[in-house]
Amino acid sequence: MLEKVIEIIQEQLNLEGVAITEESSFKDDLGADSLDLFELVMAVEEEYGVEIPAEELEKLTTVGSVVEYLKTQGIEA
Amino acid sequence: MKTTVTELLGIEYPIIQGGMAWVGEYHLAAAVSEAGGLGIIGAASAPADIVREQIRRARELTSKPIGVNVMLLNPNADEVAKVIVEEGVEVVTTGAGSPARFMEMWKAAGVKVMPVVASVAMAKLMERAGADAVVAEGMESGGHIGSATTMTLVPQVADAVNIPVIAAGGIADGRGFAAAFMLGAQGVQMGTRFVAAKESIVHENYKQKIIKARDIDSEVTGMSTGHPVRQIRNKMTREYLRLEKEGASFEDLEYLTLGSLRKAVMEGDVVNGTLMAGQCAGMVTKEQTCREIIEEIIRDAGALLNR
Repeated sequence: MLEKVIEIIQEQLNLEGVAITEESSFKDDLGADSLDLFELVMAVEEEYGVEIPAEELEKLTTVGSVVEYLKTQGIEA
Repeated sequence: MKTTVTELLGIEYPIIQGGMAWVGEYHLAAAVSEAGGLGIIGAASAPADIVREQIRRARELTSKPIGVNVMLLNPNADEVAKVIVEEGVEVVTTGAGSPARFMEMWKAAGVKVMPVVASVAMAKLMERAGADAVVAEGMESGGHIGSATTMTLVPQVADAVNIPVIAAGGIADGRGFAAAFMLGAQGVQMGTRFVAAKESIVHENYKQKIIKARDIDSEVTGMSTGHPVRQIRNKMTREYLRLEKEGASFEDLEYLTLGSLRKAVMEGDVVNGTLMAGQCAGMVTKEQTCREIIEEIIRDAGALLNR
């Protein structure tokens, strides 16, 4: 799942060719602002068929936190 | 004039006064509401008690609906959110993030919630979270801004959501109002023109700066900090941009702007103060009452839209 999430991030934030890891921070490492995160959330929701409530957004600060959140929603692959 | 926005808010004209820090206090908000638009008290970083007092004072001047703008990064936002419910405020606009955490409380109290959005994805998420309308604000606006222009943002947001869209950024006359409707908006929000209104308590020096401003007189500081602010250029912006170019720290840049909006609004310091204003400042040519402003815009826009 990490790979897929990274792929989505690269596509949504136009970061193709940029190294992204589980530890990457959206704000500090990837230069993403809050609007970028809204884009990302929409894309992740579409890919995995989940709905991420707006109040969860501020907790999603790193790539790993997105993966962890998806796991709590019962998404494995 | 009847649109989905006037129906939603119970107002006469779909003109909303932007919820500006310091500028959006009760005199201005009440005057805009009294003239048939929607006046908004800008809570900014004010403590909840001050916001409560502002609401009560506005109520003494008008019995029409009023709004409060909640700046979500305000450490007092939780208390301000409660005051809004306790005081029976009709409308809330929000800035600097997602108001999802207050949505349930506000909706239960019948408060109409209109988040200010700067992108399509944010507008969609706000609609899903229960927003009654969204204010799509382009980067022509004064104060804190996003990066999309009104011309491109409004139609894309209007296509993406089913709730009413209010256009903001760059609108200062009947032409802008009519254009916003052509782009898919059902209402407009204006800040700069109301800063120069008669009822606005803004210092005369600041008003004159807006009235004299030309098309190219605004500048954006803080691009590097992730919190860009549009304002009329002066000594302070020059110093800020120089420091920014030199890679100054966020703290140093913040220090320069500490209390600078208050200085401009209250003391009329046009040298070191922050003169927040949109690109449309060049279109503001005189001080008028809120009623004159609103009626002129509605008349001019009506002539254009019915042509």
